[in-house]
Amino acid sequence: MSCCVPTAETVELSQQGGIETDDEALLTLSRKLGDGTRQLEFAVPDAHCASCIRSIETGLDTLRQVKSARVNLSKRRVRVVFDPELGHPAELARAIRSSGYHTYVLDPSADEDGDTELRELVKALAVAGFAAGNIMLFSVSVWSGANEATRDLFHWISAIIALPAIAYAGQPFFRSAWRAVRVGRTNMDVPITIGVILATALSLYETVNSGRHAYFDASATLLFFLLAGRTLDYLMRERARSAITNLARIAPRGATRVHEDGRREYLPLREIEPGMVLELRAGERVPVDSEVTSESASFDTSIVNGESAPRAVPPGEEVMAGANNLGGVVQMIARKRSEDSLLARMVALMEAAEGAKTKRRRIADRAAAVYAPIVHTIAILTFLGWGVLTGDWHNALLNAVAVLIITCPCALALAVPIVHVVAAGKLFEGGVLMKDGAALERAAEADSVAFDKTGTLTIGRPRLFDFHVEGSEAEAVAVALARASTHPLSQAIVRALHPGDIAVTGLREQPGLGVEAMIDGARWRLGSRTWCGLGEGDGDTTAVWLSCDGVVRATFRFEDEVRADARDAVRQIAALGLPIRLLSGDAAQPVAAVAAKVGITTARARMLPEDKVADVEHGHTMMVGDGINDAPALRAAHVSMAPSTAADIGRSAADFVFTGGQLGAVPLVIGTARRAASIVNQNLVLAIGYNAVAVPLAISGHVTPLVAAIAMSSSSIIVVANALRLRIGRSSWPMRTQTLQEAHA
Amino acid sequence: MSGLSILIPVAIGLGLVALATFLWTLRSGQYDDLEGASQRILDEDSDRPAFDAHQGGPRR
Repeated sequence: MSCCVPTAETVELSQQGGIETDDEALLTLSRKLGDGTRQLEFAVPDAHCASCIRSIETGLDTLRQVKSARVNLSKRRVRVVFDPELGHPAELARAIRSSGYHTYVLDPSADEDGDTELRELVKALAVAGFAAGNIMLFSVSVWSGANEATRDLFHWISAIIALPAIAYAGQPFFRSAWRAVRVGRTNMDVPITIGVILATALSLYETVNSGRHAYFDASATLLFFLLAGRTLDYLMRERARSAITNLARIAPRGATRVHEDGRREYLPLREIEPGMVLELRAGERVPVDSEVTSESASFDTSIVNGESAPRAVPPGEEVMAGANNLGGVVQMIARKRSEDSLLARMVALMEAAEGAKTKRRRIADRAAAVYAPIVHTIAILTFLGWGVLTGDWHNALLNAVAVLIITCPCALALAVPIVHVVAAGKLFEGGVLMKDGAALERAAEADSVAFDKTGTLTIGRPRLFDFHVEGSEAEAVAVALARASTHPLSQAIVRALHPGDIAVTGLREQPGLGVEAMIDGARWRLGSRTWCGLGEGDGDTTAVWLSCDGVVRATFRFEDEVRADARDAVRQIAALGLPIRLLSGDAAQPVAAVAAKVGITTARARMLPEDKVADVEHGHTMMVGDGINDAPALRAAHVSMAPSTAADIGRSAADFVFTGGQLGAVPLVIGTARRAASIVNQNLVLAIGYNAVAVPLAISGHVTPLVAAIAMSSSSIIVVANALRLRIGRSSWPMRTQTLQEAHA
Repeated sequence: MSGLSILIPVAIGLGLVALATFLWTLRSGQYDDLEGASQRILDEDSDRPAFDAHQGGPRR
């Protein structure tokens, strides 16, 4: 249980800002439940065990306003029903955070639809399973030689069970086939629908005329297997989707508007109009492109340019949507509507990249495009051949239907999704979330890997790596001054050095330059070269000076910390035979330094988002990046990955999202994708091989309902068993433990 | 034949009961959090059912 003990970092978390601390914002997002109570859903991405559930739920239950709190561990969410009369909703998020968990509120409107579709599929699956099982009971008796009267009775009972069951459980296929046929296309569901309906209709005809063979069991079993494949496929996509919406901390959902009479009101994003005066607290993101009116505002614009250095924004200058407010309360005037703001323009750029990318169809769809016409041709030829040659059109129809049943793509429909489900489960254990099966197919084809620098290879947070201090007094003063500033470099000093006991007066921060204070009559300054009176700076933003009355007392140098396992990951990728390159928007020198540190030989610096897109468009590149500036490249690349700490837009553009900051996820994905691809191919070969044996039997009229039942089930079982081989092999446990340690360290 | 006339309805009836039970468990949300259910069993103090009266039952 040691994994769940709150640590220094999680305590720090409990003080973070965001709209979770804003009562009005939370009320706007909550759902009314009628009896005066409201419901909110929070994401808790780090919850993973029984004691996590317990500490979150008990933490919430102690609050007066909480009626019930329920953690859903599968979705990593907690649903809270509370009475706003009895306490502030902001206390809910605070309670979760003080239990030691990251949390953020979820937008209820973004959810909902997924569950109902899955329920419909599972219900259809249950009905098909019931029908298949019971009809099989009667079919086995018929096959083992029931006399004619009993056989007819059993056929009738089968018909009574099969007709409503097939009418209900077949709907997902019938609807999809109809949609495809209506626009003149064909998909896998067309042969399924034709096969099932014809087999059922023919069986009914046989039953009425007390014929020998009825295929009710085949229709029902077929639907059962096909629904199983479809449900699995859906489940996998759903899991990834819910995990990613959890992570998608969609930039701001709204902002506080200041009315002319000083009244404050929380407005949802889409209701913000140009000209409104907005107020932003520390830690909140700029909702729409706006003009700053407050003095000494400072923003983290890493979401825009990928670099973490904060930027001082003087009054009158514009800040882009998505920038994070690092200073205190800032007022601004909205200049654009949210759909015209930077975030929206990035989305448009990404859509263009998507459109330019050649549309690659999933392997199952490509198979279906070839499969359906072949199957239908064979069935028609069988019908005509038998009819013309023997003149027995009834028997000809029986044989044609047997062909349709035998070729119904049971194994084919399971062959691909089952492998993807197993692979997704394996990746999930390694801390990687996958968007859909197509991404896995593309990852297997990757022939090179491109990394972004800041935030991807590095943590994106400066670290003090070298300093020179004259005397212990200077060190203590440096910490005292650094404490007063929210600048990331100052925070790095506070993290690295020991605080001293020094009384400072007249603390003053000049955004973009540094901090100054008076100590015992001396003027101490901490900041840039210019600020400390050492002459013009060389623009070096990775160093900080400390001066006393214009005399240098200390220098500090910083570097962006490289992720711990970056070098290992690079080596593993190289071992997989993929060339690696580094694409960064940063200056040449730091890019070269990071490249050398992790062992990448090809590095390109000062790249604009467009340059990155142009670079990754060629061949089958896997792009790994995090910032908003990477999002178009993530979309344009053949396949892409983003860390879960990435900008929302980067995360939604990426095919895979990895948690826990482990770059080892990249070789894991490529390796798993390659194994999955080879198993998919094996499965397709197995399915085709099965058809190669069974179809001639069907054409020659040797497939009785018994043969059909055995052939269908055995081929399905074989592909499922083959897919499960993916789970065997190198255990993913060490990976998982590492991820957890990272998450809680 | 008379045996069949009893056994067949019984067999189908049992099957229908099983189907109805499954559909009920699905509607009442017992499959919504399988991972959570498997972990909650380890927590000795939590004796609440997997879905409680406030949130259980068909979704609103």
